[in-house]
Amino acid sequence: MTAIELVGVSKVYRRYGGRHFSTLKSALLQRSILRDLQPSETFPALKEVSFSVPKGSTYGVIGRNGSGKSTALKLVAGITKPTSGTVRVDGRISALIELGAGFHPEISGRENVFINGIMLGLTKREIRERFDEIVDFAELRDFIDAPVKTYSSGMYMRLGFAVAIHVNPDVLLVDEVLAVGDEGFTHKCLDKFAEFRRRGKTILLVTHSLNLVERFCDEALWLDSGVARALGDPKRVVGAYLTKVEESEEQELATATARAVEAASRQEPGSPAPAGTPGAPREALGSGAAARFKEVTDLRERHHDVSELTAHPAGPPADLFQATEGRWGSREVEITDVAFLDTKGQPTFVFHSGDSLSIRLRVRANHPTDDFVFGVGLFNVDGVCCYGTNTYLEEMNPERLAGEAEATFAIDSLDLVEGTYKLDVAVHKRDGFPYDYHRLLYTFRVKSRSRDVGIYRPRHRWTFSPNVQFRPGP
Amino acid sequence: MKGPPYVLFSSLANLIRYRGLVQSLVARELKARYRGSVLGFFWSFINPLMLLLIYTFVFAVVLPAMHSKEIEPFALFMFCGILPWTWFSSSLAEAAGSLISGGNLIKKVLFPAEILPLVSVLANMIHFFLGLPILIGFLVYYQRWPDAWDLVWFPVTVLVQLVFTAGLALILSALTVHFRDIRDILSNVLTLWFFSTPILYWITEAPGFSKRVLDLNPMTHVIVSYQEILFFRGPIGHWRWLLATGGASAVLFLAGFWLFDRLRDSFAEAV
Repeated sequence: MTAIELVGVSKVYRRYGGRHFSTLKSALLQRSILRDLQPSETFPALKEVSFSVPKGSTYGVIGRNGSGKSTALKLVAGITKPTSGTVRVDGRISALIELGAGFHPEISGRENVFINGIMLGLTKREIRERFDEIVDFAELRDFIDAPVKTYSSGMYMRLGFAVAIHVNPDVLLVDEVLAVGDEGFTHKCLDKFAEFRRRGKTILLVTHSLNLVERFCDEALWLDSGVARALGDPKRVVGAYLTKVEESEEQELATATARAVEAASRQEPGSPAPAGTPGAPREALGSGAAARFKEVTDLRERHHDVSELTAHPAGPPADLFQATEGRWGSREVEITDVAFLDTKGQPTFVFHSGDSLSIRLRVRANHPTDDFVFGVGLFNVDGVCCYGTNTYLEEMNPERLAGEAEATFAIDSLDLVEGTYKLDVAVHKRDGFPYDYHRLLYTFRVKSRSRDVGIYRPRHRWTFSPNVQFRPGP
Repeated sequence: MKGPPYVLFSSLANLIRYRGLVQSLVARELKARYRGSVLGFFWSFINPLMLLLIYTFVFAVVLPAMHSKEIEPFALFMFCGILPWTWFSSSLAEAAGSLISGGNLIKKVLFPAEILPLVSVLANMIHFFLGLPILIGFLVYYQRWPDAWDLVWFPVTVLVQLVFTAGLALILSALTVHFRDIRDILSNVLTLWFFSTPILYWITEAPGFSKRVLDLNPMTHVIVSYQEILFFRGPIGHWRWLLATGGASAVLFLAGFWLFDRLRDSFAEAV
């Protein structure tokens, strides 16, 4: 028994009259009334989508913004008609699409409940019977006789939700409405959905909460630019969707990085930065212009100079250049390429917490040198240095670097929490004089299914005495 | 396969199914209109009364010689026309924008769009009815008692006007979605239309040619019928015209509904 069935459904949105509202005058003058009533541009929102939702099941629809999810929901609700294909729905529908869409601001909540209920297909008697329940659900007992225009947006949504959910539909369409209300109300909504499921009602749920889909849905559909990419088991569909999201994130990061590197290289080719420009490093102490920094930091430099290069100690904000992207250095040794490599040695930008990550530097020494230090620093988006090190700190004594070379910094297990991270890489002299310093030019993302917080995820496990018990499953 | 006439009539049948909704929307419209104003519902009376005062001042005090003795008391004569005219003109003005202001409903709720212009027409009809006690008050004051037999024609006239206004409202609301400037054009057209309808003058006094032009105006026959029923004594002489107008209005309504139905799918996207 299917409750909802879509067969080969396409929906083409039409835009009328081009960019402007057409005016009757111009239509008459140019005799284009008929033409203006014809669509001038079309946009396919759904392409040949078929799926069926069995009676009593909960079906999730996921996808990026603009992928056609809401269009699919509107088609099921009957608000718009498919351009081709058929939509069949069995039973009474209630759509939680736009909550309180029919509310009139000037009249009271009570009157709006009645009118909204009638719009959703209830009779006056049915509403009267459910009225108290609706008001209690919305938690608006004290305000129900006030005009709706005096409601907060949360109250407005709650009332809309309460009316829609009390229509007692056979098929409930939900479009991302769990975002309304506070924590308590969200729980109440979820409880209500669970009750619907128990009573064998069908729910079609459009959401961005993948968690909800995995936990709640019996089946799921992933829409991508109007095409059904995957459907079936929610875990599998969500997995496929996440993979795709990572891919596109990766592309995004790749282009962003390429742009940053290019911009930084254009900024100031060769030699140390002039004083005063943002991005002029205090590390570029070799240049006389930056000498005044030397006085301030001389003492520290003497002991820590090299670590400063890459680790950017959480020093005083006197460090004007914190968190500014850029590239500088004499380029006697040049970093020609930086890549993040995954376990298989493939360049990528998205990693999972706990994966291995290698940072590969390709360098070219324009003159052979015996004074060189490779350094890396990892920063999170807040500019906090998560980790920084270099070959000098790790007591490797440079002997010779000439021509094209490669240096790889490998992390066996990337124990960072989810987030976006930026990378500093540098080649410099032991005294800190930069050959080539890339400040925050490279970005990678760490993904994680767990929602822990902080920066660092230490390897850990929980143990409990036997009288502490947890329920199995999610 | 179901033919177009079938589809049209099933849409019309839908209208009857939604009468509960229409009812409560009209009630909402009336409640919401004067909510927050001090005089509230009294504005339904006061508005036509004010209009009447203004025209009485102009045509009975400033220009008393402009009308013949037969349409004395002139204030009463004018009121018989102004009241239904107000219903007609405000219905169209509101209906034209009804789909755009009700866009939320059309886009987000499964909602029969044709209800919106019809609600405008019906809400204004209620206002018209609420103005009738004032008219009756005037009739009593001037001691004019309409013939009982004539009064039978009153609901017929109301029905003709309702069908005519509803047909126009459907057409205007559907077209306004695509041509927004109809709303501006409309206010001017309504002013012209007001003066092309024998409200401030007596049709019999109109010279030959202009009378023929006035006869082409459906509202002429509606208003003249009101005047004959309520103002003039003697049996209604205009009933043939009224019935012809009624027939034309029915055709207009069906045409309007057909046009509306044709454009229906574009509303959710163009509003």
